[in-house]
Amino acid sequence: MKPEIMAITQVLADTQAIVREWLVEVSGASGPTRSTGLLDATAADAGEIARAVHEGLLAEGDVGAFDGLAWERLRGVLESLSRSRAAQGATAGETSYFLLSFKRPLFARLQQQVANEPPRLVAALWAVSSLVDKMAQFTLEVYQRSREDIIKRQQDELLELSTPVIKLWDGVLAVPMIGTLDSGRTQLVMESLLQRIVDTGSELAIIDITGVPAVDTLVAQHLLKTVTAIRLMGADCIISGIRPQIAQTIVHLGIDLQGITTKATLADALAVALKRIGYTVTRTKAP
Amino acid sequence: MTRIPILRMGDCLLVTLQVDLQDGAALDLQDDLANRIAATGARCVLIDISALAMVDSFIGRMLAAISGTARVLDAATVVVGMQPAVAITLVELGLSLQGVRTALNVERGMRLLRSTIEEPGLDRGP
Repeated sequence: MKPEIMAITQVLADTQAIVREWLVEVSGASGPTRSTGLLDATAADAGEIARAVHEGLLAEGDVGAFDGLAWERLRGVLESLSRSRAAQGATAGETSYFLLSFKRPLFARLQQQVANEPPRLVAALWAVSSLVDKMAQFTLEVYQRSREDIIKRQQDELLELSTPVIKLWDGVLAVPMIGTLDSGRTQLVMESLLQRIVDTGSELAIIDITGVPAVDTLVAQHLLKTVTAIRLMGADCIISGIRPQIAQTIVHLGIDLQGITTKATLADALAVALKRIGYTVTRTKAP
Repeated sequence: MTRIPILRMGDCLLVTLQVDLQDGAALDLQDDLANRIAATGARCVLIDISALAMVDSFIGRMLAAISGTARVLDAATVVVGMQPAVAITLVELGLSLQGVRTALNVERGMRLLRSTIEEPGLDRGP
């Protein structure tokens, strides 16, 4: 073991004193507003981190290689710390500040320990500093990763939620499209709609675009693709919910919707669909 | 090389593609079907592709060619049971199989063919 690492382990051997000084440093910075409950939790975290660092150093962990085997426990501790703090609403900055304030008590203690050997002191300080920096960086990475997971999951849920396939009648399916149509969403709608057509043996599908804010050539192309796929399967398709402005846009852009039945409202589309599969709707009571 | 069997049922020829088709077998099928339509005077051809998990542009073009040939020989063609993934692939490839009639399953396909050939037209006599 290198002499400077030896000095650090000697300092860390007195875990309780180090943790006490660390907590003073943390609470001094963030003021007296912190509740005692959080401070207790912080004390437990700090003790665990100090012990994990000590253990890693004793296991000959290389300060330069934080992804080594010796730091496995420390990484685990930091990961759960970062996640639990994020869940409590702490910002990434607060968590990394908490870790970075570990430096001060360590520096002070090291200075006392090896004051008479400047080269060894400098080496020890550098080792501690780079290790604590890596720890802080690691918590930031974990925080960001957990955030990205959440965003990804929400995006997926949004996609699923926004494209339900509804059975309107025996043999008639409807998809109310809501939001902008991009290629990813069109793909998803196409897949779920085609699968439902196979499952239910429906001959007609109505795509309602009332909730689509704008139709440009790209959106029209996506719609045409969906219609073509439905026809290839052996079913037919009606597009409904075309607002007057959108009808004008379609004409101005020169989009060819010929051969596709289009209707202004979903009700009209349903009427056409029922007629095509052989139903008649009659009123039995006078209005 | 395996040949795809063509079954005759009354006025109709039935082809069921059970395994993924190789290009050579596809060309043979095209020839065989044209010959059988001419020999039997069949009025309709039903191709069931529900077991095909993958269709490339070649098979897509073959389906269109079979349909075209049959039309010239006065027979109606219907392709039935296309899987969703296959339909999406064909659309992405830019093949919309214009002129090929499709149906969801064999039963619907037969109904569609019946209604097509029973349309009033030239009476073929008893």
